[in-house]
Amino acid sequence: MDHIVLVGASAAGLTAADALRLEGFTGTLTMVGDELRPPYDRPPLSKRVLTGDLEPHRTTLRQDVDLQRLRMDLKLGCRATHVDPVARIVTLDDGDRLDYDGLIIATGLRPRHLPFGRDLAGVHVLRTLDEALTLRVQLLAGPRVVVIGAGFLGSEIAATTRGLGLDVTLVDVESTPLARQLGTQVGGLVAELHEENGVRLCMGRGVTDLLGAGGRVTGVLLDDGTELPAEVVVVAIGSEPAVDWLADSGLPLGDGVLCDSTCRVAPGIYAAGDVANWPHPLTGERTRLEQRTNATRQALAAAGNLLAGPAGATPYAPVPFGWTDQFHAKIQFHGWCPGDARVAYVDGDPKAGRFVALYYAGDRVVGALGWNSARTLRAYHDRIAAPVAA
Amino acid sequence: MKVIIDEDKCVGAGQCVLAAPDVFDQRDEDGIVVLLDALPPDALRSQVENAAALCPALAIEVVK
Repeated sequence: MDHIVLVGASAAGLTAADALRLEGFTGTLTMVGDELRPPYDRPPLSKRVLTGDLEPHRTTLRQDVDLQRLRMDLKLGCRATHVDPVARIVTLDDGDRLDYDGLIIATGLRPRHLPFGRDLAGVHVLRTLDEALTLRVQLLAGPRVVVIGAGFLGSEIAATTRGLGLDVTLVDVESTPLARQLGTQVGGLVAELHEENGVRLCMGRGVTDLLGAGGRVTGVLLDDGTELPAEVVVVAIGSEPAVDWLADSGLPLGDGVLCDSTCRVAPGIYAAGDVANWPHPLTGERTRLEQRTNATRQALAAAGNLLAGPAGATPYAPVPFGWTDQFHAKIQFHGWCPGDARVAYVDGDPKAGRFVALYYAGDRVVGALGWNSARTLRAYHDRIAAPVAA
Repeated sequence: MKVIIDEDKCVGAGQCVLAAPDVFDQRDEDGIVVLLDALPPDALRSQVENAAALCPALAIEVVK
Protein backbone atom coordinates (compact mmCIF):
# COMPACT_ATOMS: atom_id res chain seq x y z
CA MET A 1 0.00 0.00 0.00
CA ASP A 2 1.64 3.22 -1.18
CA HIS A 3 -0.91 5.99 -0.82
CA ILE A 4 -3.66 6.43 1.74
CA VAL A 5 -6.12 9.31 1.46
CA LEU A 6 -8.06 10.55 4.48
CA VAL A 7 -11.11 12.65 3.71
CA GLY A 8 -12.07 14.68 6.78
CA ALA A 9 -9.62 16.58 8.97
CA SER A 10 -11.25 16.42 12.36
CA ALA A 11 -10.92 14.03 15.31
CA ALA A 12 -11.54 10.81 13.37
CA GLY A 13 -9.37 11.67 10.36
CA LEU A 14 -6.51 12.82 12.49
CA THR A 15 -6.65 9.80 14.79
CA ALA A 16 -6.60 7.56 11.73
CA ALA A 17 -3.48 9.35 10.48
CA ASP A 18 -1.81 8.87 13.85
CA ALA A 19 -2.74 5.21 13.95
CA LEU A 20 -1.50 4.52 10.41
CA ARG A 21 1.92 5.98 11.23
CA LEU A 22 2.06 4.27 14.64
CA GLU A 23 1.34 0.93 12.99
CA GLY A 24 4.20 1.46 10.59
CA PHE A 25 2.63 2.78 7.41
CA THR A 26 5.50 4.59 5.66
CA GLY A 27 3.82 5.46 2.35
CA THR A 28 2.26 8.74 1.26
CA LEU A 29 -0.54 10.12 3.42
CA THR A 30 -2.89 12.82 2.17
CA MET A 31 -5.53 14.47 4.33
CA VAL A 32 -8.31 16.58 2.84
CA GLY A 33 -10.38 18.95 4.98
CA ASP A 34 -12.96 21.50 3.87
CA GLU A 35 -12.21 24.00 6.63
CA LEU A 36 -9.24 26.35 6.46
CA ARG A 37 -8.30 25.97 10.10
CA PRO A 38 -5.90 23.27 11.19
CA PRO A 39 -7.76 20.36 12.85
CA TYR A 40 -9.52 21.30 16.08
CA ASP A 41 -11.77 19.66 18.64
CA ARG A 42 -15.52 20.23 18.64
CA PRO A 43 -16.89 19.34 22.12
CA PRO A 44 -15.61 22.59 23.71
CA LEU A 45 -17.37 24.74 21.09
CA SER A 46 -20.77 24.67 22.78
CA LYS A 47 -19.24 25.05 26.22
CA ARG A 48 -15.98 26.79 27.09
CA VAL A 49 -15.37 28.38 23.69
CA LEU A 50 -18.81 29.97 23.80
CA THR A 51 -18.16 31.39 27.26
CA GLY A 52 -14.71 32.61 26.21
CA ASP A 53 -13.16 30.50 28.96
CA LEU A 54 -11.14 28.45 26.46
CA GLU A 55 -9.17 30.40 23.90
CA PRO A 56 -9.80 29.19 20.33
CA HIS A 57 -6.24 28.00 19.79
CA ARG A 58 -6.59 25.65 22.77
CA THR A 59 -9.03 23.54 20.75
CA THR A 60 -6.26 22.62 18.30
CA LEU A 61 -6.05 18.84 18.03
CA ARG A 62 -2.34 18.65 17.23
CA GLN A 63 0.52 21.09 17.57
CA ASP A 64 2.30 22.01 14.32
CA VAL A 65 5.26 19.86 15.25
CA ASP A 66 3.02 16.82 15.73
CA LEU A 67 1.30 17.44 12.41
CA GLN A 68 4.69 17.63 10.71
CA ARG A 69 5.72 14.40 12.37
CA LEU A 70 2.83 12.69 10.55
CA ARG A 71 4.52 13.53 7.22
CA MET A 72 1.25 14.06 5.43
CA ASP A 73 0.09 16.31 2.69
CA LEU A 74 -2.57 18.31 4.53
CA LYS A 75 -4.97 19.91 2.07
CA LEU A 76 -7.09 22.36 4.03
CA GLY A 77 -9.90 24.50 2.62
CA CYS A 78 -10.34 21.77 0.07
CA ARG A 79 -13.39 19.60 -0.55
CA ALA A 80 -13.48 16.11 -1.96
CA THR A 81 -16.20 16.07 -4.62
CA HIS A 82 -16.12 12.55 -5.98
CA VAL A 83 -14.70 9.10 -5.49
CA ASP A 84 -14.31 6.40 -8.12
CA PRO A 85 -13.96 3.20 -6.09
CA VAL A 86 -13.08 1.12 -9.14
CA ALA A 87 -10.29 3.32 -10.52
CA ARG A 88 -9.47 4.30 -6.91
CA ILE A 89 -9.41 8.04 -7.48
CA VAL A 90 -10.63 10.85 -5.22
CA THR A 91 -11.39 14.11 -7.01
CA LEU A 92 -11.07 17.45 -5.21
CA ASP A 93 -12.85 20.75 -5.80
CA ASP A 94 -9.63 22.30 -7.09
CA GLY A 95 -9.59 19.69 -9.85
CA ASP A 96 -6.83 17.64 -8.27
CA ARG A 97 -7.17 13.87 -8.60
CA LEU A 98 -5.68 11.63 -5.96
CA ASP A 99 -4.90 8.00 -6.79
CA TYR A 100 -5.24 5.96 -3.63
CA ASP A 101 -4.62 2.43 -2.45
CA GLY A 102 -6.49 3.05 0.79
CA LEU A 103 -9.21 5.57 1.59
CA ILE A 104 -10.67 6.49 4.96
CA ILE A 105 -13.91 8.48 4.93
CA ALA A 106 -14.30 10.68 8.01
CA THR A 107 -16.35 13.62 6.76
CA GLY A 108 -18.53 13.89 9.85
CA LEU A 109 -21.78 15.82 9.94
CA ARG A 110 -23.49 18.89 8.58
CA PRO A 111 -26.02 20.69 10.77
CA ARG A 112 -29.64 20.44 9.74
CA HIS A 113 -31.43 23.71 9.03
CA LEU A 114 -35.06 24.73 9.41
CA PRO A 115 -36.92 25.09 6.12
CA PHE A 116 -37.48 28.79 6.87
CA GLY A 117 -35.59 31.79 8.20
CA ARG A 118 -32.14 30.49 7.38
CA ASP A 119 -31.00 33.77 5.80
CA LEU A 120 -32.13 36.02 8.65
CA ALA A 121 -29.27 37.66 10.55
CA GLY A 122 -29.13 36.34 14.11
CA VAL A 123 -30.02 32.77 13.14
CA HIS A 124 -27.15 30.41 13.90
CA VAL A 125 -26.10 26.81 13.72
CA LEU A 126 -23.05 25.53 15.59
CA ARG A 127 -20.73 22.98 14.07
CA THR A 128 -17.48 24.81 13.35
CA LEU A 129 -15.13 26.90 15.44
CA ASP A 130 -15.88 29.92 13.25
CA GLU A 131 -19.59 29.46 13.87
CA ALA A 132 -18.94 29.31 17.62
CA LEU A 133 -16.86 32.49 17.52
CA THR A 134 -19.48 34.29 15.43
CA LEU A 135 -22.20 33.25 17.87
CA ARG A 136 -20.07 34.35 20.81
CA VAL A 137 -19.72 37.86 19.38
CA GLN A 138 -23.51 38.08 19.01
CA LEU A 139 -24.03 36.89 22.60
CA LEU A 140 -21.81 39.68 23.93
CA ALA A 141 -24.49 42.19 22.89
CA GLY A 142 -26.85 40.70 25.51
CA PRO A 143 -29.62 39.37 23.25
CA ARG A 144 -32.64 37.32 24.15
CA VAL A 145 -31.81 33.82 22.97
CA VAL A 146 -34.04 31.00 21.75
CA VAL A 147 -32.41 27.61 21.26
CA ILE A 148 -34.39 25.26 19.03
CA GLY A 149 -33.67 21.60 19.75
CA ALA A 150 -32.89 20.15 23.19
CA GLY A 151 -30.50 17.38 22.24
CA PHE A 152 -26.93 17.42 23.55
CA LEU A 153 -25.86 20.41 21.49
CA GLY A 154 -28.98 22.52 22.04
CA SER A 155 -29.25 21.87 25.76
CA GLU A 156 -25.54 22.62 26.21
CA ILE A 157 -25.87 25.88 24.28
CA ALA A 158 -28.89 26.84 26.39
CA ALA A 159 -26.95 26.13 29.60
CA THR A 160 -23.87 27.97 28.40
CA THR A 161 -25.73 31.07 27.21
CA ARG A 162 -27.83 31.16 30.38
CA GLY A 163 -24.55 30.94 32.30
CA LEU A 164 -23.55 34.16 30.56
CA GLY A 165 -26.56 35.80 32.18
CA LEU A 166 -28.74 35.94 29.08
CA ASP A 167 -32.49 35.44 28.76
CA VAL A 168 -32.74 31.94 27.27
CA THR A 169 -35.63 29.79 26.05
CA LEU A 170 -35.14 26.16 25.01
CA VAL A 171 -37.70 24.62 22.64
CA ASP A 172 -38.22 21.00 21.64
CA VAL A 173 -41.06 18.80 20.39
CA GLU A 174 -40.14 16.12 22.94
CA SER A 175 -41.51 16.26 26.50
CA THR A 176 -38.09 16.81 28.11
CA PRO A 177 -34.58 17.82 27.03
CA LEU A 178 -32.41 14.85 25.96
CA ALA A 179 -35.49 12.60 25.76
CA ARG A 180 -34.24 10.84 22.63
CA GLN A 181 -30.71 10.50 23.97
CA LEU A 182 -31.25 9.56 27.63
CA GLY A 183 -34.98 8.90 28.03
CA THR A 184 -37.56 11.10 29.75
CA GLN A 185 -36.76 10.05 33.33
CA VAL A 186 -33.24 11.47 33.27
CA GLY A 187 -34.49 14.05 30.78
CA GLY A 188 -36.90 15.27 33.46
CA LEU A 189 -33.94 15.87 35.77
CA VAL A 190 -32.22 17.82 33.01
CA ALA A 191 -35.39 19.90 32.66
CA GLU A 192 -35.35 20.65 36.40
CA LEU A 193 -31.68 21.59 36.18
CA HIS A 194 -32.40 24.07 33.42
CA GLU A 195 -35.44 25.55 35.16
CA GLU A 196 -33.58 25.94 38.46
CA ASN A 197 -30.96 27.89 36.56
CA GLY A 198 -33.46 30.15 34.88
CA VAL A 199 -33.85 28.68 31.40
CA ARG A 200 -37.41 28.95 30.11
CA LEU A 201 -38.46 25.56 28.72
CA CYS A 202 -41.00 25.12 25.95
CA MET A 203 -41.20 21.33 25.72
CA GLY A 204 -43.68 19.49 23.55
CA ARG A 205 -43.76 22.45 21.19
CA GLY A 206 -42.86 22.65 17.53
CA VAL A 207 -41.53 25.69 15.71
CA THR A 208 -43.65 26.83 12.77
CA ASP A 209 -41.77 29.96 11.68
CA LEU A 210 -38.97 32.36 12.39
CA LEU A 211 -40.09 35.97 12.51
CA GLY A 212 -37.94 38.76 11.11
CA ALA A 213 -37.80 42.43 10.31
CA GLY A 214 -35.31 44.21 8.09
CA GLY A 215 -33.46 40.97 7.46
CA ARG A 216 -32.90 40.26 11.18
CA VAL A 217 -34.61 37.65 13.27
CA THR A 218 -37.04 39.04 15.83
CA GLY A 219 -38.62 35.91 17.22
CA VAL A 220 -39.77 32.33 17.00
CA LEU A 221 -43.35 31.27 16.34
CA LEU A 222 -44.47 28.06 18.08
CA ASP A 223 -47.20 25.68 16.97
CA ASP A 224 -49.53 26.85 19.76
CA GLY A 225 -49.33 30.42 18.46
CA THR A 226 -46.85 31.63 21.07
CA GLU A 227 -44.31 34.16 19.85
CA LEU A 228 -40.96 34.06 21.59
CA PRO A 229 -39.11 37.33 21.01
CA ALA A 230 -35.41 36.80 20.27
CA GLU A 231 -32.46 38.63 18.80
CA VAL A 232 -30.46 35.40 18.55
CA VAL A 233 -31.86 32.00 17.53
CA VAL A 234 -29.70 28.90 17.60
CA VAL A 235 -30.94 25.99 15.51
CA ALA A 236 -29.72 22.70 16.99
CA ILE A 237 -32.13 20.21 15.46
CA GLY A 238 -29.60 17.55 14.60
CA SER A 239 -27.24 16.82 11.78
CA GLU A 240 -26.91 14.88 8.56
CA PRO A 241 -23.93 12.70 7.76
CA ALA A 242 -21.80 14.53 5.16
CA VAL A 243 -22.17 12.03 2.31
CA ASP A 244 -23.44 14.25 -0.53
CA TRP A 245 -20.02 14.06 -2.23
CA LEU A 246 -20.43 10.28 -2.41
CA ALA A 247 -23.87 10.35 -4.05
CA ASP A 248 -22.69 9.18 -7.48
CA SER A 249 -19.85 6.97 -6.22
CA GLY A 250 -21.79 3.73 -6.13
CA LEU A 251 -20.75 3.29 -2.49
CA PRO A 252 -23.51 2.06 -0.15
CA LEU A 253 -25.17 5.02 1.54
CA GLY A 254 -28.05 5.27 3.96
CA ASP A 255 -27.94 7.00 7.32
CA GLY A 256 -24.24 7.67 6.69
CA VAL A 257 -21.74 5.53 4.81
CA LEU A 258 -22.71 1.89 5.20
CA CYS A 259 -19.81 -0.25 6.38
CA ASP A 260 -19.46 -3.87 7.40
CA SER A 261 -18.67 -4.79 11.00
CA THR A 262 -14.98 -4.00 10.41
CA CYS A 263 -15.76 -0.45 9.19
CA ARG A 264 -15.07 -1.49 5.60
CA VAL A 265 -17.19 0.17 2.90
CA ALA A 266 -15.67 -1.35 -0.24
CA PRO A 267 -12.26 -2.78 -1.17
CA GLY A 268 -9.64 -0.41 0.24
CA ILE A 269 -12.28 1.97 1.65
CA TYR A 270 -13.11 2.36 5.34
CA ALA A 271 -15.15 4.90 7.30
CA ALA A 272 -14.94 6.24 10.85
CA GLY A 273 -16.60 8.72 13.16
CA ASP A 274 -19.97 10.48 12.91
CA VAL A 275 -20.40 9.54 9.25
CA ALA A 276 -19.87 5.78 9.62
CA ASN A 277 -22.82 3.41 9.92
CA TRP A 278 -21.94 -0.17 10.78
CA PRO A 279 -23.65 -3.31 12.09
CA HIS A 280 -22.65 -3.33 15.75
CA PRO A 281 -21.53 -6.87 16.58
CA LEU A 282 -22.91 -6.66 20.13
CA THR A 283 -26.45 -5.59 19.18
CA GLY A 284 -26.70 -6.80 15.61
CA GLU A 285 -28.17 -3.42 14.71
CA ARG A 286 -26.91 -0.79 12.31
CA THR A 287 -25.40 1.94 14.40
CA ARG A 288 -24.06 5.41 13.83
CA LEU A 289 -22.65 7.24 16.84
CA GLU A 290 -22.29 11.01 17.13
CA GLN A 291 -19.90 10.80 20.05
CA ARG A 292 -16.43 12.25 20.44
CA THR A 293 -14.94 9.09 21.93
CA ASN A 294 -16.34 7.04 19.08
CA ALA A 295 -14.52 9.23 16.54
CA THR A 296 -11.24 8.21 18.15
CA ARG A 297 -12.01 4.57 18.77
CA GLN A 298 -13.54 3.93 15.37
CA ALA A 299 -10.66 5.69 13.60
CA LEU A 300 -8.20 3.42 15.40
CA ALA A 301 -10.24 0.42 14.32
CA ALA A 302 -10.65 1.56 10.70
CA ALA A 303 -6.97 2.39 10.30
CA GLY A 304 -5.92 -0.91 11.82
CA ASN A 305 -8.31 -2.88 9.64
CA LEU A 306 -7.26 -1.04 6.47
CA LEU A 307 -3.64 -2.03 7.10
CA ALA A 308 -4.54 -5.56 8.18
CA GLY A 309 -6.68 -6.26 5.11
CA PRO A 310 -10.05 -8.07 5.17
CA ALA A 311 -8.56 -11.42 6.27
CA GLY A 312 -6.90 -9.88 9.33
CA ALA A 313 -9.61 -7.36 10.21
CA THR A 314 -11.25 -7.18 13.64
CA PRO A 315 -14.95 -6.33 14.09
CA TYR A 316 -15.56 -3.00 15.78
CA ALA A 317 -17.60 -3.65 18.93
CA PRO A 318 -17.35 -0.72 21.33
CA VAL A 319 -19.45 -0.04 24.41
CA PRO A 320 -20.48 3.55 23.58
CA PHE A 321 -19.45 6.40 25.85
CA GLY A 322 -20.64 9.98 25.86
CA TRP A 323 -20.85 12.98 28.11
CA THR A 324 -22.40 16.40 28.43
CA ASP A 325 -21.59 19.30 30.76
CA GLN A 326 -24.50 21.57 31.66
CA PHE A 327 -24.45 24.13 34.48
CA HIS A 328 -22.84 22.31 37.41
CA ALA A 329 -23.82 18.84 36.13
CA LYS A 330 -21.35 16.54 34.46
CA ILE A 331 -23.42 13.78 32.90
CA GLN A 332 -21.65 10.73 31.48
CA PHE A 333 -22.94 7.44 30.16
CA HIS A 334 -21.60 4.08 29.12
CA GLY A 335 -23.56 1.76 26.90
CA TRP A 336 -27.12 2.22 25.69
CA CYS A 337 -29.77 4.49 27.24
CA PRO A 338 -32.95 3.66 25.30
CA GLY A 339 -36.09 5.66 26.00
CA ASP A 340 -38.12 2.57 26.96
CA ALA A 341 -35.57 1.23 29.44
CA ARG A 342 -36.37 0.91 33.13
CA VAL A 343 -34.09 3.30 35.00
CA ALA A 344 -32.96 2.61 38.57
CA TYR A 345 -30.85 4.85 40.77
CA VAL A 346 -28.16 2.76 42.41
CA ASP A 347 -25.75 5.22 43.94
CA GLY A 348 -26.38 8.70 45.29
CA ASP A 349 -29.65 10.54 44.82
CA PRO A 350 -31.04 12.84 42.14
CA LYS A 351 -32.16 15.22 44.91
CA ALA A 352 -28.53 15.52 46.00
CA GLY A 353 -27.40 16.29 42.46
CA ARG A 354 -25.20 13.22 42.38
CA PHE A 355 -26.13 9.70 41.31
CA VAL A 356 -25.55 6.69 39.12
CA ALA A 357 -28.51 5.35 37.16
CA LEU A 358 -28.68 1.97 35.47
CA TYR A 359 -30.73 1.39 32.32
CA TYR A 360 -32.36 -2.04 32.13
CA ALA A 361 -33.67 -3.98 29.15
CA GLY A 362 -35.49 -6.82 30.92
CA ASP A 363 -33.02 -7.88 33.59
CA ARG A 364 -29.93 -6.86 31.63
CA VAL A 365 -28.07 -3.69 32.44
CA VAL A 366 -27.59 -2.05 29.04
CA GLY A 367 -26.44 1.39 30.14
CA ALA A 368 -25.02 3.27 33.11
CA LEU A 369 -25.29 6.99 33.57
CA GLY A 370 -23.46 9.11 36.10
CA TRP A 371 -24.52 12.58 37.21
CA ASN A 372 -21.58 14.27 38.93
CA SER A 373 -20.33 10.75 39.66
CA ALA A 374 -17.51 10.26 37.19
CA ARG A 375 -15.38 8.07 39.38
CA THR A 376 -18.25 6.01 40.83
CA LEU A 377 -19.74 5.47 37.38
CA ARG A 378 -16.64 3.71 36.09
CA ALA A 379 -17.20 0.77 38.40
CA TYR A 380 -20.44 -0.01 36.55
CA HIS A 381 -18.76 -0.13 33.15
CA ASP A 382 -18.08 -3.85 33.36
CA ARG A 383 -21.72 -4.66 34.19
CA ILE A 384 -23.03 -3.41 30.89
CA ALA A 385 -24.28 -5.92 28.37
CA ALA A 386 -25.53 -4.92 24.97
CA PRO A 387 -29.25 -4.92 24.31
CA VAL A 388 -30.17 -7.84 22.10
CA ALA A 389 -32.69 -7.62 19.33
CA ALA A 390 -35.93 -9.37 20.28
CA MET B 1 8.55 7.19 29.55
CA LYS B 2 7.15 10.30 31.19
CA VAL B 3 3.46 11.17 31.40
CA ILE B 4 2.23 14.76 31.52
CA ILE B 5 -1.42 15.64 32.09
CA ASP B 6 -3.28 18.87 31.44
CA GLU B 7 -5.92 19.12 34.17
CA ASP B 8 -7.46 22.18 32.58
CA LYS B 9 -8.24 20.32 29.36
CA CYS B 10 -9.40 17.13 31.11
CA VAL B 11 -13.15 16.51 30.78
CA GLY B 12 -13.28 13.65 33.27
CA ALA B 13 -14.31 10.97 30.79
CA GLY B 14 -12.23 8.36 32.60
CA GLN B 15 -11.13 6.61 29.40
CA CYS B 16 -7.52 6.78 30.63
CA VAL B 17 -8.38 4.89 33.82
CA LEU B 18 -10.12 2.17 31.84
CA ALA B 19 -7.05 1.88 29.60
CA ALA B 20 -4.28 2.16 32.21
CA PRO B 21 -5.62 1.81 35.76
CA ASP B 22 -2.14 1.65 37.32
CA VAL B 23 -1.21 5.05 35.94
CA PHE B 24 -4.39 7.11 36.07
CA ASP B 25 -7.24 7.67 38.50
CA GLN B 26 -9.98 10.28 38.82
CA ARG B 27 -10.88 12.77 41.54
CA ASP B 28 -14.06 11.83 43.34
CA GLU B 29 -15.75 15.20 43.13
CA ASP B 30 -15.42 16.10 39.45
CA GLY B 31 -13.77 13.15 37.72
CA ILE B 32 -10.67 15.12 36.74
CA VAL B 33 -7.64 12.93 36.08
CA VAL B 34 -5.20 12.07 38.86
CA LEU B 35 -1.77 10.91 37.75
CA LEU B 36 -0.73 7.94 39.92
CA ASP B 37 2.59 7.34 38.23
CA ALA B 38 4.31 10.04 36.18
CA LEU B 39 7.17 7.70 35.26
CA PRO B 40 5.46 4.38 34.56
CA PRO B 41 7.52 1.29 33.74
CA ASP B 42 8.04 0.37 30.09
CA ALA B 43 5.82 -2.68 30.55
CA LEU B 44 2.86 -0.27 30.69
CA ARG B 45 3.86 1.62 27.55
CA SER B 46 1.12 0.30 25.26
CA GLN B 47 -1.53 0.86 27.96
CA VAL B 48 -0.37 4.43 28.48
CA GLU B 49 -0.17 5.20 24.77
CA ASN B 50 -3.64 3.76 24.37
CA ALA B 51 -4.89 5.97 27.20
CA ALA B 52 -3.39 9.04 25.54
CA ALA B 53 -4.94 8.12 22.19
CA LEU B 54 -8.38 7.50 23.72
CA CYS B 55 -8.49 10.68 25.81
CA PRO B 56 -11.31 12.73 24.22
CA ALA B 57 -9.75 15.98 25.44
CA LEU B 58 -6.14 15.25 24.43
CA ALA B 59 -5.09 15.98 27.98
CA ILE B 60 -2.37 13.30 28.16
CA GLU B 61 1.08 13.69 26.71
CA VAL B 62 3.55 10.79 26.66
CA VAL B 63 7.19 11.85 26.41
CA LYS B 64 9.53 9.13 25.21
